[in-house]
Amino acid sequence: MRKRNSLKYLSVMTWLTAPLLLSGCGSALMDPTGDIGQGLKSLIITAFGLMLIVVIPVIVMTILFAWKYRGTNLAAKYTPNWEHSNVIEVFVWAIPAVIIFFLAILTWQTSHSYDPHKPIASDEETLTIDAISLDWKWLFIYPEQGVATVNEIALPVDTPVHFRVTSGTVMNSFMIPTLGSQIYAMAGMNNDVYLEANEIGTFTGRATHYSGEGFSKMLFDTHVTSQEDFDAWIDQVGQSSETMMFPEDYNELAEESIDNPVEYFSQVSPDLYENLIRSFKSGQDSHGSVNHGEHNESQEQSTPMSAQAAE
Amino acid sequence: MATDTLSNHDAHAHDGHEHHDASAMKVFGFWIYLMSDLVIFGTLFATFGVLATATAGGPTGKELFELPFVLVETFLLLISSFTFGMAALAQNAGDRGAVLKWLAVTFLLGFGFVAMEVYEFHHLIVEGAGPDRSAFLSAFFTLVGTHGLHVTFGLIWIAIMFIQISKRGLDSVTKPRMLCLSLFWHFLDIVWICVFSFVYLFGAM
Amino acid sequence: MFGKLSLDSIPYHEPIIMVTAAVIGIVGALVVGLVTYYRKWGYLWREWITSIDHKKLGIMYFLVALVMMVRGFADAIMMRTQQAIAAGGAEGYLPPHHYDQIFTAHGVIMIFFVAMPMVIGLMNLVVPLQIGARDVAFPFMNNLSFWLTAAGVVLVNISLVVGEFAKTGWLAYAPLSELQYSPDVGVDYWIWALQISGIGTTLTGINFFVTIMKMRTKGMTLFRMPIFTWTALCANVLIILAFPVLTVTIALLTLDRYLGMNFFTNDMGGSQMMYVNLIWIWGHPEVYILILPAFGVFSEVIATFTKKRLFGYKTMVWATAAITVLSFIVWLHHFFTMGAGANVNAFFGIMTMIIAVPTGVKIFNWLFTMYRGRIQFTSPVLWTIGFIITFTLGGMTGVMLAVPGANFVLHNSLFVIAHFHNVIIGGVVFGMLAGLTYWFPKAFGFTLNEKWGKRSFWCWLVGFYLAFMPLYALSFFGAMRRMQSYEQAEWQPLMIVAWVGAVIIALGIACLVIQLVVSVRDREKNRDLTGDPWDARTLEWATSSPPPKYNFAFLPAVDSIDSFWEMKQQPGGFKRELATKFEDIHMPKNTTEGPIIGVISIVFGFALIWHIWWLVGVSAIGIFATYMFRIFNDDIDYHVHADEVERTEREYHKRLEMQA
Repeated sequence: MRKRNSLKYLSVMTWLTAPLLLSGCGSALMDPTGDIGQGLKSLIITAFGLMLIVVIPVIVMTILFAWKYRGTNLAAKYTPNWEHSNVIEVFVWAIPAVIIFFLAILTWQTSHSYDPHKPIASDEETLTIDAISLDWKWLFIYPEQGVATVNEIALPVDTPVHFRVTSGTVMNSFMIPTLGSQIYAMAGMNNDVYLEANEIGTFTGRATHYSGEGFSKMLFDTHVTSQEDFDAWIDQVGQSSETMMFPEDYNELAEESIDNPVEYFSQVSPDLYENLIRSFKSGQDSHGSVNHGEHNESQEQSTPMSAQAAE
Repeated sequence: MATDTLSNHDAHAHDGHEHHDASAMKVFGFWIYLMSDLVIFGTLFATFGVLATATAGGPTGKELFELPFVLVETFLLLISSFTFGMAALAQNAGDRGAVLKWLAVTFLLGFGFVAMEVYEFHHLIVEGAGPDRSAFLSAFFTLVGTHGLHVTFGLIWIAIMFIQISKRGLDSVTKPRMLCLSLFWHFLDIVWICVFSFVYLFGAM
Repeated sequence: MFGKLSLDSIPYHEPIIMVTAAVIGIVGALVVGLVTYYRKWGYLWREWITSIDHKKLGIMYFLVALVMMVRGFADAIMMRTQQAIAAGGAEGYLPPHHYDQIFTAHGVIMIFFVAMPMVIGLMNLVVPLQIGARDVAFPFMNNLSFWLTAAGVVLVNISLVVGEFAKTGWLAYAPLSELQYSPDVGVDYWIWALQISGIGTTLTGINFFVTIMKMRTKGMTLFRMPIFTWTALCANVLIILAFPVLTVTIALLTLDRYLGMNFFTNDMGGSQMMYVNLIWIWGHPEVYILILPAFGVFSEVIATFTKKRLFGYKTMVWATAAITVLSFIVWLHHFFTMGAGANVNAFFGIMTMIIAVPTGVKIFNWLFTMYRGRIQFTSPVLWTIGFIITFTLGGMTGVMLAVPGANFVLHNSLFVIAHFHNVIIGGVVFGMLAGLTYWFPKAFGFTLNEKWGKRSFWCWLVGFYLAFMPLYALSFFGAMRRMQSYEQAEWQPLMIVAWVGAVIIALGIACLVIQLVVSVRDREKNRDLTGDPWDARTLEWATSSPPPKYNFAFLPAVDSIDSFWEMKQQPGGFKRELATKFEDIHMPKNTTEGPIIGVISIVFGFALIWHIWWLVGVSAIGIFATYMFRIFNDDIDYHVHADEVERTEREYHKRLEMQA
């Protein structure tokens, strides 16, 4: 009965997944558009396959044993006091151990080869983009080009990109699923992830770490373009009348907003990224979180002690 | 023997042990509690270790700690452990009066320790080095304060034991409690030695 | 006077909450009314609320767990409904403000107030009986632990109507849970509910550790303990070592929020990474606290119903011990993407995988217990077989997540959600429901209805696969956890399948409730007088069902692993003979202090949540005074007189003979 169930279930599943497959975007993780994503895909499949070596026999044995040694089957052998067998013991320890041994080697190697902090070797020069997570939008800075955007980036194809990631607010995580690895964004700290896109197109990037009310809509488009189109895009951003000066413009942007529209900034304070990180370390109130005033107020209400000691 | 085991018995052997078992179990249980308390202090030490340099532009341990003052605190607590040991010896000798006397001395020494700590905390807060000034100070106040709270509870416990022993003497109820209390008190001593070395000595260096 | 509390704190404008509150109010009033009408308050107070009887406490833990399971499941079905609707720009029916509270409450309730009480309840019911003891080491503390857990439960439920619950996710990651980003009382409810119930759990851990180490009956060496007791022992070691870390972590967050300290703040030197580390140093052992006893249940069930010794008892014990130790050195696998170096990530990844070895060994041992057995397909066995298959799949996806490279793309996605439901439903829930069916007759003297039990199993099994396999699939398309809505309309069909799965699980829960009702109705028909309805192997089945309050008139002596089974195998078999001479049994008395401290703890927590400082002081003094009353109270134990023991035993034998 279970067998029939699962068959029916499988066909239903195929039918239900059809819209996903037909929608043209494919699976972000199984149809990656960057080398890192490609590598991680094969890593997932290898690990999966390795484990099936033991998982499939276990499931088969479960069903087989349950069927064969059912209470009504008096023909089957019955050994009520049998409780130990050195041969079986050796096998049940050895088989998982061997598989885990190979997985461990794979893990050690891939942890190093796919270390997000590791620069990608390439003939092309690596592009740097700073990604700052805010409530609830992404601020992107192109320090070399001197421009900035909100909720949209462009990357030249086949060029390694160094994302420097931090947060102006709570913890978050930066990810473009089709390209590969994500990395946490944390206030006062710099994090790095190196990615490369090998296919032209537009892919969704997102915040993956829950960060509050506007989290679900904290998405951005990633345009992977030719070098010429990339230059044109940078020009277009450079023509914006808006600027991103620290801390004034930044503070304004840092105010809470959900589903923030795309914005372009033709000018950025030099070292905005470093200054933002430093602002959390000063021990002063210089950094720009708008919530901060509110913070002090509520602190005073609840703790007379802090007001006393703040001087 | 099989059928016998549930309907027969060797009850005398068992009953004779019952009381002894109960107090031994209490002490064993208290040891286990101390282990979990040790995890609490261990976690706080780790936290302090992580945040020791996170002064956020505020004062450092070197600027704040006055070692001679802390040394006096340390000696108060160490001597109180010794006097508690005297109380334990008196309990073994069955001398209720001496137990009460040494408990009182221990209480005074412990009280002195807590009073000095409260003074130190007050002093720091007034100076602007309160627990909200920096993560380092948060960790410092919390680690030292948690130990201080434990000592305070120890003092309350000493007071209760003082009342119970003077009311009912040294019996099967008070004896295991005194044993647990002595474990607690010496445990706090050991924790303090760690606090003194890791927080104050390293901090002042 | 009332701190931050005012009439505006009650969300009148939220119809869902108000209707829920009204239903809870009506049901509550009905229960109170019925109890009053049948004049059962005295009975409740004497026999249950103040009881220090481990069997009754076990039943009460389970009752709390089942009630909270309904609450937690209501959250689940609301989330699935929301995600089934809110596709392609649609907003669904739950705004983020509400949705975020629901997924937080769901996680907190299911782990702390469903899974934990089930595990602890089963330990209470079974462990003292299995080791041939009359009670636990510290009976008063046992009662207190229960009431502290119940206090946490009450606080979580109050948050439904007064104020709000946390909107931070079940682990309240800082800095989101800091005052700056969560100024409302939600996180404070989270803090105090967990802190108060967590202290109860720590006390339980100490209590059962001492019980198992010191109160085993004559002849029961460590390596003759039933396997469930072994897993309980290991779980309690984990509780003793891990829960203090939770206590400290929550306390530090509390100091940040209440006294303006800076442990986990963004600025002033705080370290949010430390919060994440600390919470998972507790959090990972926590999942083993839940799963190890479930492993124990399966071991007992499979040996009993295959009529065969457990294969590889010693291996099983060592595997359990290995998992216990390893569970403390894997916590970092919950945040490989935080940016630690490759060596650190690889180390924790490999450590995590190594846990798969002892776990795999356990699975094989269950299989080889079935091998050459005579399997009776009772519902506990169905749960066990369902578990072996489901848990193996869940273990596999767990190892996939443990590969840091794979984790870089799977982290935070629905893959994680599918994985841990795969192991928690397939492992803990199946295990606890198997345990419930298996030991129910021991607690109540009659067996549960098998037909409804099996229906419940099939609903849970099918419902689980329908609800969570789509989430595995969706994660490969970039679907994240905790999304209130999503742009991609093409995800919707699978989300609807998941919703259907949740509905089928709801049917499974309904079957469970019907099973209880039907079984109580037919209790005379399903009565088991022998105390051993399954022809089982361990000591708890040697006494009557339900056992007398002293468990065993004479403490049994054992000389083997399946001691009761061996007794039954002796020539002539096992006979329940009536002894000729009885004697007094020393027992603890009921306690009023436990429930009183529990109730005052609710007030204490509530006052702290709403900053009602005078009430904090008053309730703190109340707790202290009650405890002092206990300390100075000598009247805590008594002797069950030999005559009464004899009367009880005679009555039982009379019933046995009548049945024969």
